Amino acid sequence: MAETTLSHVPPQMRPSGLRGVAADWSSDQRAFKNVSWGKAMMWVFLLSDTFVFGCFLIAYMTARMSTVEPWPNASEVFALHLFGRDLPLILIAIMTFVLISSSGTMAMAVNFAYRRDRKRTAILMLLTAVLGATFVGMQAFEWSKLIMEGVRPWGNPWGAAQFGSAFFMITGFHGTHVTIGVIFLLIVARKVARGDYDTDARGFFTSRRGNYESVEIMGLYWHFVDLVWVFIFAFFYLW
Amino acid sequence: MVEFTPRTTDAIPPAEVPDVELYHPHSWWTTYVFSQDAKVIAIQYSSTAMAIGLVALVLSWLMRLQLAFPGTFDFITPEAYYQFVTMHGMIMVVYLLTALFLGGFGNYLIPLMVGARDMAFPYLNMLSYWIYLAAVLVLVASFFAPGGPTGAGWTLYPPQAILGGTPGGQQAGILIMLFSLILFIIGFTMGGLNYVVTVLQGRARGMTLMRMPLTVWGIFTATVMALLAFPALFVAAVMMLFDRLLGTSFFMPALVEMGEQLSYGGGSPILFQHLFWFFGHPEVYIVALPAFGIVSDLISTHARKNIFGYRMMVWAIVAIGALSFIVWAHHMYVSGMHPYFGFFFATTTLIIAVPTAIKVYNWVLTLWRGDIHLTIPMLFALAFIVTFVNGGLTGLFLGNVVVDVPLSDTMFVVAHFHMVMGVAPILVIFGAIYHWYPKITGRMLNEVMGHFHFWVTFIGAYLIFFPMHYVGLVGVPRRYPELGETAFIPESVHTLNEFITIAALVVGFAQLVFLFNLFWSLKNGREAGGNPWRATTLEWQTPTTPPPHGNWGDRLPVVYRWAYDYSVPGAPQDFIAQNDPWPNKPVVHR
Repeated sequence: MAETTLSHVPPQMRPSGLRGVAADWSSDQRAFKNVSWGKAMMWVFLLSDTFVFGCFLIAYMTARMSTVEPWPNASEVFALHLFGRDLPLILIAIMTFVLISSSGTMAMAVNFAYRRDRKRTAILMLLTAVLGATFVGMQAFEWSKLIMEGVRPWGNPWGAAQFGSAFFMITGFHGTHVTIGVIFLLIVARKVARGDYDTDARGFFTSRRGNYESVEIMGLYWHFVDLVWVFIFAFFYLW
Repeated sequence: MVEFTPRTTDAIPPAEVPDVELYHPHSWWTTYVFSQDAKVIAIQYSSTAMAIGLVALVLSWLMRLQLAFPGTFDFITPEAYYQFVTMHGMIMVVYLLTALFLGGFGNYLIPLMVGARDMAFPYLNMLSYWIYLAAVLVLVASFFAPGGPTGAGWTLYPPQAILGGTPGGQQAGILIMLFSLILFIIGFTMGGLNYVVTVLQGRARGMTLMRMPLTVWGIFTATVMALLAFPALFVAAVMMLFDRLLGTSFFMPALVEMGEQLSYGGGSPILFQHLFWFFGHPEVYIVALPAFGIVSDLISTHARKNIFGYRMMVWAIVAIGALSFIVWAHHMYVSGMHPYFGFFFATTTLIIAVPTAIKVYNWVLTLWRGDIHLTIPMLFALAFIVTFVNGGLTGLFLGNVVVDVPLSDTMFVVAHFHMVMGVAPILVIFGAIYHWYPKITGRMLNEVMGHFHFWVTFIGAYLIFFPMHYVGLVGVPRRYPELGETAFIPESVHTLNEFITIAALVVGFAQLVFLFNLFWSLKNGREAGGNPWRATTLEWQTPTTPPPHGNWGDRLPVVYRWAYDYSVPGAPQDFIAQNDPWPNKPVVHR
């Protein structure tokens, strides 16, 4: 995208390292050289969203630490009865594996997007979307299993009511993020497959021309949602 | 590493940033209603904010009438009084001040002041306004909902906020309030991303961060803070919605209401307070920092002097922004906390006084031996400085635990925060409107009405809030709709309450003069020309006034200097515009 450097300073004359950072920030036009507006916006948005998830998780930890009733044992609650024995956290392990794999396919999609390989990019994005949808599907299974066992937002058979409240709220909020991601993956994949980014087709809403960087920006969001899951996994299921 | 210092006077060809692709409106609807032009969005934001602000103003009259003449007005029941308090506070802080400073002034001034054609994402910017409008309409709807709006106090503290004893607690009121807040936060985030990206990545040639006008610095820092603070309110609102709708107990301890054990249990009301104030305290500075920035520019322009200590001013803004995230629990001294925490939060709170004092000294030193023009924007700017110092000093009282504990929940606190984050920012908003109205409309606001408006507002605000400090010091609690015959409250308090109410009514009606002026001057104001204040910043250098769609005609401006070159010795005029290459000759670019 935009190649904007320090005003009339040739790129090879720009200092490197920390001095480069200082030079970029004290320069005109852009604080982050070679970072497009769209990408900058996604980073700022993710920073803000980090605070949302951070508040959710800290609130959950506070509730867990201040409640007087015992907290249900995660490895028992989230166990599946398979092959004649209880496997703790097996579903979550598979879900985590699926989601992390989808980050891999997403990264490959970004790579192929910059090579203008429309077909492979679109296929990999579709694959990412399928993995994401699988994750949400397994989450729906997990939810319905827990609901059948009597877990409700306002209570559960094993202990502190805040267990169910925090579980449904945090995984639900994360699942919503994944779902939104899947929808946008499909939209961007369609644009890639159709060749919108080669023909300078204008967006339906914004009437702006897109380019292959949209795939990378989409990827930023997707990796973020993955990263958040790692924290939810660690703090909710492993703790 | 190669040493390379670009000379500021070099001829730099203007460069279009390639990301820019303006949406060109095709019809009246897309030009004026569903507009993607930041300037139109700014006016939409400002008008909506002022309209809902008028509602809050009327609510404050009703509260004052009740306090001064308890029992006279039948429709002001205690429940209604709490509803007025809640809606007045929430509207003024969030829907008026935040929206007007960031959505209004941010949208209008950021692209113009940094030399951009528009915000980075005009479509998102448009959505931001319409979602904000939806949030306001949802909020207004609560006045017509069964049971009326919530009366939980603007802090919405649980557990009372969602219990039956509070107006709207078991009815629609609190739900509507929370939905409206969530909408507001979503809408604001869309706008906020725009402001941040435009400042960081959309500036003109030669416009370095350290050449930006302080107005942009203030709005920019406030926006970053808002993007980090509003998530806490968002989370708190979602959790409270669940407590109320799904019966979760995030914030709800075990409770007995009317002799009946409720199904809640094990939640922490203090958790809500932490979340709320992690938003709430930065919110104070989200409102104050744009005011700081704007007032610096007003003072410099109307005193024809460069701002004193520009770099210090920038770093003070950034320092206040950072510090304001680690002081939130000073709102919770009376909630009960470990003494060491009280010590920590009192210390950080008092440290904020240092960058704030730097700013006040620098404003005063800017005025020192300046060529002060007592124009109406300048009057408001000067009024801001004194008012802010007043409110800030009582802030030092309240920041100390031992002083705060007896004063908390008295009218002293009400007087303090109205001075510091009510009156002071509003004065700046008025000054800013008088200052930029000529750019927005091409005409000056009427000065006679302006003087009347200023003096009544300024003196009136002091008549309202100075006595309130005294009322608080003698121990009158806040949030009481009626004092009754209480032994420790002297007769003078009742007299003062009547006095304050009359002053509040007068000040309120004076605002009608201001509103009339806004409309009257559209047609009848003096022609302003492009740069009536002879100011240096870029928005005054646009090819036409009001600036066209895309702001700059066919060429983007090139910036050669900082925003404060006033009264430079040897210069042909007493100001040098930021895009003026003096002493070099203007370069004709091909």
